Amino acid sequence: MSSALDQPLPPDGDPWAVLRRATRARVALGRAGDALPTSRELEFRVAHAAARDAVHQPLDPGVVRDLLPAHEVLEVHSAAPDRAIYLQRPDLGRRLAEGTSLPRADADLAVVIADGLSPRAVHEHAAGLTTALLERLSGWTVAPLVVAHQARVALGDAVGAALGVRAVVVLIGERPGLSSADSLGVYLTWDPRPGRADSERNCVSNVRPPHGLSYAQAADTVAALLSAARELGASGVALKDEGPALPAGAG
Amino acid sequence: MTRRRTTLGGHTYEFPTLVELMARATPARSGDVLAGCAAESAAERVAAQTVLADLPLATFLEEQVVGYDEDDVTRLVLDTHDRAAFAPVASLTVGEFRDRLLAWAAAGDEAAISGLAPGLTPEMVAAVSKLMRNADLVAVGRRTRVVTGLRSTLGLPGRLASRLQPNHPTDDPLGVTASIVDGLLQGCGDAVIGINPATDSPARTVALLELVDTVISRYEIPTQSCVLAHVTTTLRALELGAPVDLVFQSVAGTQPANRGFGVTLDLLAEARAGALALGRGTVGSNVTYFETGQGSALSADAHRGIEGRPVDQQTLEARAHAVARHFEPLLVNTVVGFIGPEYLYDGKQVLRAGLEDHFCGKLLGLPMGVDVCYTNHAEVDEDDMDALMLLLGAAGVTFLIAVPGADDVMLHYQSLAFSDVLTTRSVLGVRPAPEFEDWLARMDLLDDAGRVRELTADAPAVRALLAAAAS
Repeated sequence: MSSALDQPLPPDGDPWAVLRRATRARVALGRAGDALPTSRELEFRVAHAAARDAVHQPLDPGVVRDLLPAHEVLEVHSAAPDRAIYLQRPDLGRRLAEGTSLPRADADLAVVIADGLSPRAVHEHAAGLTTALLERLSGWTVAPLVVAHQARVALGDAVGAALGVRAVVVLIGERPGLSSADSLGVYLTWDPRPGRADSERNCVSNVRPPHGLSYAQAADTVAALLSAARELGASGVALKDEGPALPAGAG
Repeated sequence: MTRRRTTLGGHTYEFPTLVELMARATPARSGDVLAGCAAESAAERVAAQTVLADLPLATFLEEQVVGYDEDDVTRLVLDTHDRAAFAPVASLTVGEFRDRLLAWAAAGDEAAISGLAPGLTPEMVAAVSKLMRNADLVAVGRRTRVVTGLRSTLGLPGRLASRLQPNHPTDDPLGVTASIVDGLLQGCGDAVIGINPATDSPARTVALLELVDTVISRYEIPTQSCVLAHVTTTLRALELGAPVDLVFQSVAGTQPANRGFGVTLDLLAEARAGALALGRGTVGSNVTYFETGQGSALSADAHRGIEGRPVDQQTLEARAHAVARHFEPLLVNTVVGFIGPEYLYDGKQVLRAGLEDHFCGKLLGLPMGVDVCYTNHAEVDEDDMDALMLLLGAAGVTFLIAVPGADDVMLHYQSLAFSDVLTTRSVLGVRPAPEFEDWLARMDLLDDAGRVRELTADAPAVRALLAAAAS
C-alpha cells in the first residue's frame, strides 16, 4: 500500500482526467452531498430526453419520399395501432394490419424502411443507406420501397411474402441508448415468409455516421451478404458460416 | 376438488386450473397480457385473488403449475421440499399465510419467517405475494433474514451492499479499472465487483478475472470478483487455473427456458464444485451468483405449464429463485427493468415487480439483490428508479447494482449510479458490509460519522487508487 501512496500525481492539471481518459463511462462526476452535481444530472437528462424523443417521435414518410424522389414508395402499418401498444405487443408489430394489400412485384428484392424503436434513425439515415445500397445492386430488380409504421423486424417477412420477392432487407431504427439515439440496423432475410426465425436473418447494426458505420461500409456488407445469400439460397446462421466475414461490431 | 369460483357483483368467476388462478390473480403487467394469461378485467383479478386467498397452502404440494414429469425445476422443488420447515404454516390458507407473515413481521420475529424457507415452494411464495400490497412486501421482506459470505458478509441487519459493475464496450483493462476505482471511491463494491464481458470467451474471462483479482489483492479489499460469462465459459476458466471467486449464471423458472440459456442443473452443480474447491473464501463459502428476471421464460417461448397453458411471469420468476436456492448462492438479483416494456411497461409495473422479486427471493432463502434499471423504450425514468431503490432499501434488500453515472456503456441501459447507493444508505441509515466498511475506514475514505467522504484528487486514498488506473 505504501508504494502506491508514493506514486506521483499525474502531471496534467486535472488528476481525475486519468479516469476520464480511460473510458466513455460516466466516471469522476463529483458529488453534491450523496447525489450528483446539478450539471452532471442535467447532462444525463439531456441524453435520456434525446433517447425518449427518438422512440416516440412519429415516423414521417415524407422525409423518405423527399430524399428518394426517384423511387415509388408504398406505406404499410403493422397490426399495432399506436405506439403504446406497439411497445407492449411485439407480436402485433410483426404482423400487417388487417386488410393490408400489396401489389405483387416482379422483383428480386424488397427494401422495407421501418420505424422500429427509433423513427429518428430512419429520418436521419434511411435514405442515405438506401441510396448507397441500391447503387451496389445493379444486378437486382427491386420492388417499390415500403415504409412501415409501428414495425418490428419480422414485419419484413409479411411484406416480402406479399410482394413475392426472393429477399427482403429491413432498415429499422434500433433501440436508443443514452449515447446513440439515431442508430439504424439492417436485417436481411432470404425467401421471406411469416414464421422465419431470427436465426435465419443476417444483421448489420449501428449504421450511424459519423459515429458508427458509414452508409458505404454498411451497404458493402449488405450487398455482399445478398450475393452470398442468392448463391446459397438461404440467409442467417448458414450464411454467416460460409459467407463474407462481417465487420467488427456489425453482428 | 372444490370448484374454484366466486361471485362478485352478480358475476360468477371460475378458474379451471391452478395455472389460470395464479395468472388472473397477478397484479397487472404487460408480459402477462402478451402471454395471454392476464385477468381480463379488474374485477376478474380481484375475484382470482379472493379465490386464491381461500386456497390451502398445502395445495401446492399436491397440484402443480408446471408438471412434475416434464420439468426438472418442478422435480427439484418437490423432491427437496422440507415438510418439517413447512409445518408451522402447513394448515393455513394463502390468505391466512399473508396475515401470519405480517403479524410475525410486525412483532420482529425474524426467526419464524426465515425458518420457513426450506418448507416453501416458489408457487406458495408467488401466491402470497399476489395478495400483498407493496407495503406488505416491504414489511415482510425486511424481517426475512438471509446471511451469506465469501470474503465479505452480506445480509446483516442495517447493512446495504452494492455490486460495482464496471462494464466496458471492449473489455478494455484500463477502462474497466477506471470504473472500478470510481466505484470504490464512492463506497461501492462490497457485494461483488462484477463485470458483464463484451465477449464471452475463456481467454477474455480469464484476463478480466486476473485484472480484478489484482486490484482486490493489491488493495486488500474484502470483496469478491465475478465475470458474468456463461457457466461453461467459467468452467473452462477454472480448468485454466483462473482466480474464480464466483460462478455466475442467468437462470429461469422452467427446464426449457434453462435449456434456452444453455444450462442444466448438473452443469451448475459441476461449476459450483469447481469454485468451492478453490477455497477462496475468508468469512464464508457461498460461491455462486445468479441473475433472474420476470419475462425471461416468455421471451424464450418456454413459459407454459399444465396442459400447455401460459404461466404468469411472476410465478415463473419465483421458480427461477428455487433453481438458484439449490446452489447456496452468495448473491442473486433480478434485473427487473432490463427486459423491456413488453414485460414490464412502466414505472408502476417495474416498482411492483422489483418488490415482488425481492420478497419472493428472500422468503425462499435467497440473498436477494436487485438491478434497479430501465431501458429507454419503457415508460420509466430516474424518479421511478429512486422510488424503487428507496423502497428496496427499506425492505432490506441485500444489495443494489451500480454503474458509473447510471449509464452502462456496454449493455446500453440505465442502472443506478454509485451516488444512488450513497443516497439510499444515508436516507435509510444503513451501512456497507462490515468487512468492507472497515476497509473504507482503513483507506481513510470515511469521515467521523462513517459517511463516504467527498475527496479531492490529492487525498492519499485517491492517489493510491488512481495509481491503479494509471498503471
